[in-house]
Amino acid sequence: MTAKRLKDYGKVNQDKILSFTWENKKYFGYKGDSLAASLLANNINIIGRSFKYHRPRGIMSAGVEESGALVTIGKNEYTDPNVRATSQELYEGLIASGQNAFPNVNFDLGYINNYLSRFFAAGFYYKTFMGLPPFEWGKGTKIWMIYEKLIRKAAGMGKASKMPDPDKYEHANEFCDVLIIGSGPSGIAAAVEAANNNLDVILVEQDHVIGGNLLSNSNFDFEEKKYFLQKAGIKVMTRTTAFGLYDNCVAGMIERVNDHFFLPKNNTPRQRFWTIRSKHIILSTGSLERHIAFNNNDIPGVMTVNAARHYLNRYGVLAGEKIIICTNNDSVFETSILLSKAGAKVKVFDIREKIDENTIKKLNTNNVEIEFNKAPLNIQGNKKVESIDIGIKVGNKYKKVNEEECDLVLISGGWSPVIHLLSHRGIKPKWDKENLCFLPSQSSEPITVAGSAAGIWNNDDCEASGIASGLKAANEIGIKTSDYFFPKQGGWKNPIFPLFEIKSNRSRSKSFIDFQHDVTSDDIRLAHREGFVSVEHLKRYTTLGMANDQGKMGNIIGLSIMADLLQKEISEVGTTVFRPPYTPISIGALAGRNVNKHFRPLRVTPLHDWNLENGAKMIETGLYQRPWYYPKNNEKLADAYIREASSVRKTVGLCDVTSLGKISIQGPDSTIFLNKVYSNAFAKLPINKARYGIMLRDDGLVMDDGTSWRLSENEYFMTTSTAHAAKVMLWLEELLQTRWQNLKVHVTSVSEEWAAVSIAGPKSRDTLSLCVEDPNLISNDNLPFMGLTQTKLNNGIPCRIARISFSGELAFEIYTPSDFAYNMMNILWESAKKFDGCLYGLEALGALRIEKGHVTGAELDGRVTIEDVELGKMASDKKSYIGSAMQKRGVLADKDRETLVGIFPRNKSQTFDAGTIICKKNEIKGYGIGRITSVTYSPGLGHWIGLGFIKGGYTEWKNTIVVGADPVRNKEIDLEIVSPHMFDPKGERLHG
Amino acid sequence: MIRIKCPYCGERDHSEFTYGSDASIEYPNLESNAKDWTEAIFFRKNIYGKQIETWHHTNGCRLWLIIERCTITHKIFSIKPAHPEIHKLLKNQNNI
Ligand SMILES: [Zn+2]
Repeated sequence: MTAKRLKDYGKVNQDKILSFTWENKKYFGYKGDSLAASLLANNINIIGRSFKYHRPRGIMSAGVEESGALVTIGKNEYTDPNVRATSQELYEGLIASGQNAFPNVNFDLGYINNYLSRFFAAGFYYKTFMGLPPFEWGKGTKIWMIYEKLIRKAAGMGKASKMPDPDKYEHANEFCDVLIIGSGPSGIAAAVEAANNNLDVILVEQDHVIGGNLLSNSNFDFEEKKYFLQKAGIKVMTRTTAFGLYDNCVAGMIERVNDHFFLPKNNTPRQRFWTIRSKHIILSTGSLERHIAFNNNDIPGVMTVNAARHYLNRYGVLAGEKIIICTNNDSVFETSILLSKAGAKVKVFDIREKIDENTIKKLNTNNVEIEFNKAPLNIQGNKKVESIDIGIKVGNKYKKVNEEECDLVLISGGWSPVIHLLSHRGIKPKWDKENLCFLPSQSSEPITVAGSAAGIWNNDDCEASGIASGLKAANEIGIKTSDYFFPKQGGWKNPIFPLFEIKSNRSRSKSFIDFQHDVTSDDIRLAHREGFVSVEHLKRYTTLGMANDQGKMGNIIGLSIMADLLQKEISEVGTTVFRPPYTPISIGALAGRNVNKHFRPLRVTPLHDWNLENGAKMIETGLYQRPWYYPKNNEKLADAYIREASSVRKTVGLCDVTSLGKISIQGPDSTIFLNKVYSNAFAKLPINKARYGIMLRDDGLVMDDGTSWRLSENEYFMTTSTAHAAKVMLWLEELLQTRWQNLKVHVTSVSEEWAAVSIAGPKSRDTLSLCVEDPNLISNDNLPFMGLTQTKLNNGIPCRIARISFSGELAFEIYTPSDFAYNMMNILWESAKKFDGCLYGLEALGALRIEKGHVTGAELDGRVTIEDVELGKMASDKKSYIGSAMQKRGVLADKDRETLVGIFPRNKSQTFDAGTIICKKNEIKGYGIGRITSVTYSPGLGHWIGLGFIKGGYTEWKNTIVVGADPVRNKEIDLEIVSPHMFDPKGERLHG
Repeated sequence: MIRIKCPYCGERDHSEFTYGSDASIEYPNLESNAKDWTEAIFFRKNIYGKQIETWHHTNGCRLWLIIERCTITHKIFSIKPAHPEIHKLLKNQNNI
């Protein structure tokens, strides 16, 4: 291939020279070039090596359908593999290299595979799984482990960087009336028509300039056209690919904001992921020219006819000097004349018997030779095209009649409308015998297909169909317009002739269908012989159409061969389903800014800064950051939490418990409501009293626990567990709005409104007394266990105090409006220090509650009944409530259910872990007889303890040693089963 | 993406909402027996086509809605607040 740049051709700026690096060597191109155009103009023929056989591959197209010129862009962490050189814009400093080759694309040792190709035929992966015949066949293979490593190394294309992606991405949203995808003749016409009808229009183009196939016309000015469209009020989005269509006319799009610069500019993202919500979508996505399968059709120097036209008129590159064109349709004639006028020697071989005289005359006056009844048989040449064998059909076979010396072979096997996006909507295309392509079927959604995507071939008709689409969209949105008519499909003077494959007479041929995955026509035949009938199976077995071009060029050839073998029509064989994305997209763009710390929202309590200032180490619980422990003098976690828990038992401790869910319940029927929601009695809870409550689900299992405080006749303050706060709120709203609509109750989440601190320990009342306006209010008489008061701190801060204990000590929970949290904590901490108190975190909180056998999310995991957690006395039998009918159904009433127990190691110096399975002695198997849910070191008891569940519960096992089996960590330990109330079982400490 | 026209907030993405369940189910009284409850909460139909269902506008007005939707095409036929009084209120308001 001897390409050259022509001064008077093309739309690139030949005054603006850009330098770039290809395979470590410096080259030059022009502003406006694609990388492929620059490589072509520099006469670089071999761009990469193929997937399995490492055959040299060159540029085969001028667009996103490219399956030869796949390259790696950038270096190190900026590496972007498998980029199509044909759609990569050239920029100053671009670094690109070939792929799948060692040591380089021109001399690649992997080419040996080309001679071993019989081992790499269709399904070779699956066959190696099956074992090596005849010894291992069907038994699986032992040496698969070795194969796998070799295959992984040999197969595949570009290599991704293993470093973190340094680029930034973002998500964006947009709304419009009409979204038009593709800015060719029909897209532009549709946009103008829709805008003229006062619709809000977005026109999207994957290329960096608009025009689509118009760019292959010498007189098309994309700058002027874009200006005109923008003047008309149309939002034109270039470098943007609509990769998927979803329900309700929603499109997913990727905008390549900075992929045409060496580094992103001005803190803008590399790519932007758009979600567009529209009322009508017009698909003016165009069509792609197909290849024909024949021997060696992949040698560098073979491309589509339309590609050569784009290189000439868009980039000013004449791709060859001696050009052979092979066709089965009319679309090539204009191009052949253009190429001839540009100085190439052009000869056309047409498989058809004849065409109209006018066209022949026109070709001849422009020095284009044409011969009929002839098809390409074989390309000669190794690393580039040297000549082509031309044949005529004799009976069922082709006979070689010419050998034409040439440096460029252009192929047109017909055109395939780009119907991928419609396929995303579940619309199956139908095979059109006249135009030899799949045409879009009617969609019931407001989606219209225009231009060559609808199988309309000539420019004027494409424009007409665009205008009709714009009017149709306006009408369907509700704007009265003039009548509109869609032009007929097709439009060639002479009918296309079905030519998909020229079957070689050689025993071992290489006629490629899927260039990226090295699938040949023989692979299809092999798959057929091995019994594959369905196209979806064929696809997966041969990997046809499974590379990153998704079979844009080759699928239909594969289908036609399969149809032929099955003696069916292509329409009966059908096509595979296309799924998003239309072209590959970066995972980074999908993630957007939701990475690292922004992966999900972070919730902090109003005491967060206070906690950090006071040395807290934080831990994530759900979305919340909570204090884990407060190390003193470089303490480790284990030392810190044991010290903290001991302090609480000895003096007093303060803990930020703001993350608890808080719900305000108001209205005259609040009491009735709570009495239906909770399993225990709430009907007679006096004002200024709090009560611990358990909620069940409809199915009778435990949903959540918490306390509810009666603030006044008609107002309650409910707390929920941190983990279930959102779920409980949603549930209460559901009950009130959908089931108990006559109850006069309002629920409002006030979780963010209140900060909460737990003050626990024998000195908690003393601590609190120094902080409140009237210490009398919190005396034992005025504030008994589960009593509450609404008062003020001694600096005037309003607060709610309830005497509630999770630790088993004399304890209070104090709530203030969030804005006062910092101030409240200062006062409390000053006071606590006077009593030698401490700050304690989640780890100590856990230790204290495990000692007392109090359950949390680890135990209330959605699988337990109220009886399972030994709280059966909280299931009222005097009333009906949510879950009451279901809690004792069938298996839930089994005597043998796993119930809550305390767990001690037999040898008190030993430790054990949560997740350990409890088994009978000498019967370590299966699910065992129970499980351990929580463990801690108990400062109160002086050894490790746990909570867990065991079949039959404490009474069944109290005198039997069981085994804690932890096969994952390879541990085994003898355990004693004890009552869950391990510390202060009589609850005397509660009263101070 | 399903777009849901909340009677209070306007048209929003379905990601703002939480799917509830089949809205045609009548939950038994709390006094009813386990058999009736089992029927209501476990024996659900997997409807092909038009279904009445509940949705909660979780990241919006927090109304529970009754929506008629086709489970195949996602086409929505009607939307109203589940609570009849709220439904009445919004209907009157929208008429003004
Ligand atoms: Zn809403």
